[in-house]
Amino acid sequence: MSTLHTVNKSPFEKSSMDSCLAYAKQGSAVLMYEDGIYGAIKGTAIADKIAAASGVSFYVLGPDLKARGVAEDKVVDGIEIVDYPKFVALAAENDKVQAWV
Amino acid sequence: MKFAIQVNEGPYQHQATDSAYQFTKAALEGGHEVMRVFFYHDGVNNGTKLTTPPQDDRNIVNRWSELAKKYDLDMVVCVAAAQRRGIVDEGEMQRNGKDAENIADNFRISGLGQLVEAGIQSERLVVFGD
Repeated sequence: MSTLHTVNKSPFEKSSMDSCLAYAKQGSAVLMYEDGIYGAIKGTAIADKIAAASGVSFYVLGPDLKARGVAEDKVVDGIEIVDYPKFVALAAENDKVQAWV
Repeated sequence: MKFAIQVNEGPYQHQATDSAYQFTKAALEGGHEVMRVFFYHDGVNNGTKLTTPPQDDRNIVNRWSELAKKYDLDMVVCVAAAQRRGIVDEGEMQRNGKDAENIADNFRISGLGQLVEAGIQSERLVVFGD
């Protein structure tokens, strides 16, 4: 059973990303969107935690990066930048969707 | 894939309703089914036709109504949340002795059972909110 975890809060504002990382099992996916995209930026404490989460795929929503003026080259290597159709595809590919708010 | 969508936030306050709209639109355009969008808590404020944003801003309420019309989308506003926030249809107007109704096109007011049913009957329930 794979789960798509969605995180829409900055990890520097709330602890939902930390909770998500604690629960995300191998084979699951984590999508950062809305203010959650701040968790995808290089060189932060969260970036180290993402690197340490083995077997979990990470995604960030491109339109929300753009809306916040975060350039794609600022995103941690290995995090895939996706659009809304891919967000839908991720929700369909995984067995369930868990929103961390 | 059969999706159900839950929206917990009002328009112009939080990005959740914009995200939910973009997700729903992408799902429908991608050939998926969205069997219901359920508006809960402050999300019920997405369903008032009295909304009049500036002309150069997106009209979040009309955008939902138009999407529902195009795809025959079932958009349900939670009745208890709607009563608290003054979202009223013809039936609620009469039942509660009000002199006006304000439900936007293609929204309907119903109970929480509709969310439970959506959770059971859909293959994925995707929640947008704070």
